[in-house]
Formats: sequence, C-alpha cells, structure tokens
Amino acid sequence: MAKNTNSWFREKILLGKSNRDYIMSSATPGNFIAGFIIIFAVIVMIYRLFFGLGPATNLSDNYPWGFWIGFDILIGIALAAPGLTLGTAVHLFGMKKYHHFVRPAILSSLLGYVFAVFALLFDLGRYYRIPYLLGWSWGLSSVLFLIGWHFTLYIIICLIEWSPALFEWLKLRKLREVFQRLAIWATIFGVIIAGGHQSALGGLYLIAPAKLHPLWYSMFLPVFFLLSAIFAGIAMVIVESTITHGVFKNQLKDFNQAEFDNRTIGLGTAAAAGLFIYFILKIFDLAHSDNWAYLNTFYGYWYLVEVLGFILLPAMLFASGVRNRNARLIRLTGFLTVVGVILNRLNVSIFAYNWQFPASMKYYPKWMEISLSIGVVAMLIVAYRFIANRMAIMYDHPDYDSGH
Amino acid sequence: MSIDRRQFLKRSLTMAGATLLSGGTIAHALDKEDPSIYSTGNTANARNWKLWVEKSETLTPEQYGVLVDTTVCIGCRRCEWACNEWNKNPNRPIKEFEASVSQQKSVFDTVRRMHAGNFTVVNRYMSSKDGKPIYVKRQCMHCDDPGCLSSCFVDAYRKAKNGPVVHNASVCIGCRYCMVACPFDVPAYEYYAPLNPQITKCTFCFDRISKGSVPACVDICPAGVLTFGKRSDLIKLAHEKIGSNPDKYVDHVYGEYEVGGTSWLYLSSVPFNEIGLRTDVGKTPVPKLTKGFLLGVKMFEIVAAWPLVFGAYYAISKAREKTKSGHETSAEGKGEGHGEKH
Repeated sequence: MAKNTNSWFREKILLGKSNRDYIMSSATPGNFIAGFIIIFAVIVMIYRLFFGLGPATNLSDNYPWGFWIGFDILIGIALAAPGLTLGTAVHLFGMKKYHHFVRPAILSSLLGYVFAVFALLFDLGRYYRIPYLLGWSWGLSSVLFLIGWHFTLYIIICLIEWSPALFEWLKLRKLREVFQRLAIWATIFGVIIAGGHQSALGGLYLIAPAKLHPLWYSMFLPVFFLLSAIFAGIAMVIVESTITHGVFKNQLKDFNQAEFDNRTIGLGTAAAAGLFIYFILKIFDLAHSDNWAYLNTFYGYWYLVEVLGFILLPAMLFASGVRNRNARLIRLTGFLTVVGVILNRLNVSIFAYNWQFPASMKYYPKWMEISLSIGVVAMLIVAYRFIANRMAIMYDHPDYDSGH
Repeated sequence: MSIDRRQFLKRSLTMAGATLLSGGTIAHALDKEDPSIYSTGNTANARNWKLWVEKSETLTPEQYGVLVDTTVCIGCRRCEWACNEWNKNPNRPIKEFEASVSQQKSVFDTVRRMHAGNFTVVNRYMSSKDGKPIYVKRQCMHCDDPGCLSSCFVDAYRKAKNGPVVHNASVCIGCRYCMVACPFDVPAYEYYAPLNPQITKCTFCFDRISKGSVPACVDICPAGVLTFGKRSDLIKLAHEKIGSNPDKYVDHVYGEYEVGGTSWLYLSSVPFNEIGLRTDVGKTPVPKLTKGFLLGVKMFEIVAAWPLVFGAYYAISKAREKTKSGHETSAEGKGEGHGEKH
C-alpha cells in the first residue's frame, strides 16, 4: 500500500490516524473474529467459482434452491426492510420524531440489498450473464424477473437516499443539496418498489403448490411476505438501534435515554399492530383452506411453534411492553420477532419444500453454504461500521440542515 | 472413461446393497451416486433450440404427443439407451440396460429421476392389483402451457407449435427457478460444471419429429408401449383402449387435463400416484398460479403510485410553507431530537 502521505486518505479513510495507529486501533477481538469468518467465506467463494455448485453445496435436482436463496435472499431482504418502513413513516407520514432512525435504516437497507445480491451471484450458475436479464432477455411472465428488476431499482433508490450522507462526508455541498431534494422522491418510489418485491418473494412460491406444505402454501403468500417484511423491518430498527446505540455511543453527544426509550416503545406499537394483523390473517388462511387436519402432524407442530411462538407471543409481548412502557421488553421482543421471520423464511424455502420426501432425501445445507452466508453477513457488518464511523449516519452533520 | 463409469455404478450398487441390509431407505443412496448427475456439457438442448429458431415459423400447427401405455412396458430400458445415444449423453452398452430387468439388485431398486446426463428414466413399481412389476418411463411431459416457460426470468423456454418445449441454453443464467416451477421435476442442472452449467431436459426429439420422424425412444421401443402421433388422435386412442378394456385400465388419461394438458399421455392399470405420477398437480396450468399476482403487483404499482406521488408533493409544499412562515415548527422538531451534534 502507498505510504501515508495522502492526507485525504488519512483524513477520510484512516480517521486522521497514521497507518500504524489505524492498524493498531483496528486490532480488536471483534475485528479478528470478523476477519476470520470473512477469510473462510472468501475461500468458499473461490472454491464455488472453481468447482461449481455441486461440490460446494448440497443442492440437487430435487432441491434446486437451498440455504443461499432461503437465507441470503428471503431472510436478507426481509430484514433489509428498515429503509422501507422508516422511510415511509418519516418521509410520507410525516413522523418527524423518528428521523434519527432514518439514516441508519437506509444504510442497513442499502447494504442489505447489495450484499444479498452479492451472495446471490454465487448461487447463480452463470452469474456473469446478469446483464442479459436487465438488458435484452426479458421473461415478463416470471415473478423472478420482477424481483430481479426491483432489486436493481431499489439499490439505486437506496443509493440516492443514502447519498446525502456520502456528499456531506466528501464535503460536496451542492451535490448533497440536489440529492437531499431527490431523496423524498426516491422514498416514494422506494415504497412502491419495495412493496412490490417483498410480496414477490412470497409470490415466487405460488408456482409450486404441490411441493410446498399446505400449511405454508397459500394464495396469500405475497401478502404474508409483505406484511412480515414490514414488521420485520420495524423489529430490525429496534434491534439495530439497540446495537448501534451501544456501539456508536461516542458519536451521540446529547443522547437522551428516555427519549430513545419512547421512540422504541412507539416502534413497538407499530410492530405489535403488524404482528396481530399477520396472526389473524394466518388463522384466517388456515380456516379458509381448511388445513386443520394437518395441525396434528409433525409439520403441524412445527407450524404451531412458528405461529404461536414467533407471531402471537411477540405480538403479545410487544403489546405488554407498550402498555407498561417497558423499552427493555420491547428490545428483547424485537430480537424474538427477527428470529421468527428468519424461521418463517427457512420454513417456506427449505423445511416445507418437498415435504412429501422422506427425511433421508431432504436437503440440509453443507457447511460451505452456511460459511459463505455468515461471511457475507460479517462483510455487511464491517461495511456498516466502516461507513457509520466516517459519515453522519447516527447523528445530523453539524454543517448541514437536517432537511426535516 | 467407460471403465470409470462402470466402477462408479458398481460402487453405487454396493452402497445401495449396504443400505438395504442396514434397513435404511435405499432410494437416496443410489440416486445420489447416479453417474448422470456428474454429466456436463450436453449439447442436445442448444442444438434443438437453434433448430427451433430456424423452423419455428414453418412448423405444422398440429401438436404431437406420445401415449405411454404402462401396462405393456417390459422394463428393457432401451429407450434410455436410445435417448442417451441420440442426445449424446454418457452411455453404456445396451446389454447393461437390458440386463436390469432380470438382475437381483438393479437400478430398479430405487426410484430415479432425470439428471443432467439422462433425459428419460424407467422406474419400477409393484402393482397394488397383482403384485407384478409395472415399469414407467419418465421424461419431460411437454406441457401445453408450461410452468418452466412462465417461470424463466430470461425467457429461455418456448413451446414449439408441434409440441416440444425447447430450452435456450445461450441466455440461461442458471437461477434454477424452472426446476422449482416444474410440477413433474423434469429440468435437471449440470451442478458439476463450474463455469457453464446448463439446464438439461428431454427435447421431445424436436430435431427428429420436425423432420417427420419419431422420437428416438419411440423408435426403439420393442413392446409397443409408446405411440407417437397427433395429440388429439392419441387422446381418442387412449379412451378407446380404456373403453374396450375397462378392467385393465384406470379410467383416466394422465396428461389429458393435468396442469392444463401435456403432450405426453399415460395409461395405467393402477392409480397414477402409485406409479410415481403425481395426482396432486391439479388441472390449472402452472403459469396461471402466478399470473394473478403479477397483475396485482402491476396494478398496485400503477394505481398506488399516483396517490403517493401527490401526497409527497403535498407534503413538500406544506413543508416549504412552514419554513417560510417561521422557525417555530423546526425549533420544536429539534428540541426533542437526540444524538445531534451541535
């Protein structure tokens, strides 16, 4: 690497430290663990590129989609919904008091999508042909086509929404003003685009009624995916703000714990409402499809665990937390809700898929699949920290009007 | 090369035997070791696509099909051999295929499916009527309204006018959604090709039938199981067969209405789900399952966009008025903020 003569580099990238100091200050246990996980993932990526999906995964002709689709895409995108929910609440519904949550939320959405698509490249057999999809070979009747296009558009939208922070950091005042004004339009199209593809991820499975277990297959799958993405987005804001307020505490000069708790409780109210509506819809769907008989089976018990333990329970815990003004409970329930959404997506994509197969023929991920996915998550966290340590994400930049 | 493959088969058979003895389910052990899984570089699909591009306009609009009478199949597996031969898939001497039916332990011990290197397989089931074996040839059904076609996000599939569903490997990205979409689990994938993996499947010998010939499997069948012809004629023939022999056949032509109709049709002496043909696929063409949703999303995006755009415009103009009228509101907004750098 070049010597530390470039003062811009030193100021912007190394946070004003010398090379040596920067490396020393980065040598924390957390960074070592993240580095270890990422190195492992990179090895797996190289292995996948050189030897193919067959040796690198447990995918087969019966299980064309496995952990990489289930975790990286279905879960990754659902949990990258904070930008959608908070952007809507603040920019469209005028809930200005939440505007301190917006920039972290948009950054996590941006990184969530970018890294989900990055991970997806390893699942695609001919990843280098992505331009075909966007350019000239359009499968207009495919739900996946809609998703591919929406991902692209949404990444652009997130970039626009995030760019004011970038230009503040680069001290490009004029560009910052232009993009600040564009941000509200980006948010509007973001709502439409995100709503479209969050539901489309559920819509993907509409095509396989005979393969997905009846308790999970439903004509409402798109609605379920959209609704759960919305409360997952809110839960993620709760979880992320809990973490970031711990990690980046030094950036928050006049942090007000009571105020923060109030906002968290407000988010809890919205999440509780979302979860209750989702729960009622789930039960309605169960009754409508007359699937009661399936409940008293192995798959039925697992379904009940998901619906009662990870939808109804968090809904009630959120409600209780709001009633008793218990921000701690709401934060814990936020975690529970996120786990519930993860469980739901894995159930749809892996567990309930090909449910008629005997246990010996079922798919389970190879360690390399898990390693790559975890590595991509680690990359996301490192990138988030890198940006949040340099740009005005957690706070309003002192030189600029917040624009709210 | 062929020795390798034979050793492979031997090893897999030993494994299958071991699994049998240990009482586990044999189905998986053998299937996982099927050498055709490792096949790569098939050219049949690409070749037939090119041919389709040339000929698509001049094809007869009459749909062809094949009627499979599972009650007369003898399990010689010559159709598998002929298919591999014609489509240049990895192959072994025809004797080995013919021998399966009389072997103690054979490929019939497991229910197989199509893989990258074989477009058709013959499976054995035991009849619930008389306990005798029933042999069932499987391959792409060539649906009238194919799910793979509608699911493909780069539009790589076409339904040829004369029946075959053909695949364009030169645009395929390898997302494998067609494999999820196919209710018959037909498309297979070259998992062991790191750089150019393809989707492979039966082409209905488009190259042969559009020249007036019959598919390679139909050509070689010695037992009269496979009847090639116009689909409408075959349906008539199938019902005639059932009508003249009601005790022998189940009164149903599989593929006549399944997922909106398929080019390949089946007759059976036992319920179809007992011979590996799914009866839970329904009569709705697969593309219809997502059509309504896609329309809904488009409607939402077009209809919902306008109120949102106007709402935002309204919000912006209101915010401008506020900033003009003074700073009381913005001061109020800042007062309750947290974590601001002043």
